[in-house]
Amino acid sequence: MSKEKFEEALEKLETIVRRMEAGEMTMEESLKAFEEGIKLARFCTKKLDEADRRVDLLLRQEGEMTTKPFAGEAREPEQ
Amino acid sequence: MDGGNLKEILSVSALNERIKALLEEGFALVWVEGEVSNIRRPASGHLYFTLKDAKSQIRAVIFRTFFGRGENRTPGFEIEDGLSILCRARLTVYPPRGEYQIIIDAVEPKGLGALQKAFEQLKVRLEAEGLFDRSRKRPLPFLPARIGVVTSPSGAVIRDILTVTGRRFPSVDILIAPVRVQGTEAAAEIIGALDDLQSVQGIDVIILARGGGSLEDLAPFNNEGVARAIARSRIPVVSAIGHETDFTIADFTADLRAATPSAAAELVVPLRADLRETLQSLHSRINRSQRQATQRIRERIADLSQRLRDPKRRLADTRLALDDNIDRMRTTLSHLGAVRRRELINFITRLEHRNPRVKIVQSFETIESLGKKLRAARERLDQQWKNRVRSSLALLDSLSPLSILHRGYSITRRLPDGLILRDTGEVLTGQEVDIRLSVGHLQARITGIGS
Repeated sequence: MSKEKFEEALEKLETIVRRMEAGEMTMEESLKAFEEGIKLARFCTKKLDEADRRVDLLLRQEGEMTTKPFAGEAREPEQ
Repeated sequence: MDGGNLKEILSVSALNERIKALLEEGFALVWVEGEVSNIRRPASGHLYFTLKDAKSQIRAVIFRTFFGRGENRTPGFEIEDGLSILCRARLTVYPPRGEYQIIIDAVEPKGLGALQKAFEQLKVRLEAEGLFDRSRKRPLPFLPARIGVVTSPSGAVIRDILTVTGRRFPSVDILIAPVRVQGTEAAAEIIGALDDLQSVQGIDVIILARGGGSLEDLAPFNNEGVARAIARSRIPVVSAIGHETDFTIADFTADLRAATPSAAAELVVPLRADLRETLQSLHSRINRSQRQATQRIRERIADLSQRLRDPKRRLADTRLALDDNIDRMRTTLSHLGAVRRRELINFITRLEHRNPRVKIVQSFETIESLGKKLRAARERLDQQWKNRVRSSLALLDSLSPLSILHRGYSITRRLPDGLILRDTGEVLTGQEVDIRLSVGHLQARITGIGS
């Protein structure tokens, strides 16, 4: 679904890890960061585990744009 | 040199007509090559220029009808000053001016093919316009939600893209905008597809793909309109024209150029395994960081508590020192005590020597004997006094008027003043007197005075 959120989450996670590695956090901060980091990592893993995709064909019919599932290889040969 | 014909006198018009007929017939179709110069394009739309070589020149014209309508100029390239061209032409004479020129009906740039020339020219123009600038290139999304693919819906290209994207990251959606990728309609369809995708929700990258081909085949991708459609796309466009070495105008304009459609798919979709690895690495790094943070804090606490023990030790030291001092003080004191005790004993001895007890006893004895003497003396004195009082009382008693009265005497007092009468001169006859007897009083009046 929200792959933009995936990227955001991954970036956030990276930032958190870098900040934690810099070791400039207080105990409380690092605990908080850790918790959030683990949450983000779980979220990202979940996103990575998604398997389904939609492949659609964009069609223009009487000026209106519609989509229909792409049925795979069409018969017409490439020109 | 003489002949009747020579005598024929021609008008200018007639001469030019003859020349026109001769030349136009004699040069009805010529191939000529030369360099274009002095180019002019008046309002008529015809193109006038001079074709020249090192030694000579000839006027040339290309009629407007020769150029198609709009952008589809048949030559496909611009005729410009300095361009060397090969033309198919026929000669024509313009009698009003007595000039001749060639009318060109086919032209191609010398050296390069027409398409190539057109390509070069468009490239130079768009480049000058800044369409290929690096600053215009937009970054691709990290992980697209949905990829728009502008290509033919059939054939190897779309199959490759679907295969590669599916393999790399199976959950990325694909929207195919089907177009013809060659032929006269291709450019318009590609432009339409690119524009259509702008308004479709969720598309965050577009792949414009074709499976290679000759320069002629790739014409739609060298089309100015296509280049502009790519440039105005708000969604990043990756070109994949399938030509390893040659770049198309579309390639130059695209945000990223991929050598093949498969390569485009790889560029657009991250490898899920890589992401997994990244994620795992981040996961282990965050765990390690957390452990290290905890460890660091543990160490800090350990260090601090170690340093905390310091004052305790100092306290112990102090306590030891105190004990030691107390010991020493005690020793000193006890030593001092012995000395003092000796001194004290000495004092006491000396004091004993001067003990006043004996004196006190003696004094007590003295006091006692003195007391006895005092008591005795007092008793004697008392007795003496008693005796004296007793005799005095007797005397007193004998002297008392009462005792005199008792013996028969009386005391007469003048009244009212009470004067005791010793002399008759002290009363007058008739005066009242009080006569005290031993027992009781008498009231009397002087009736006469004797001598």
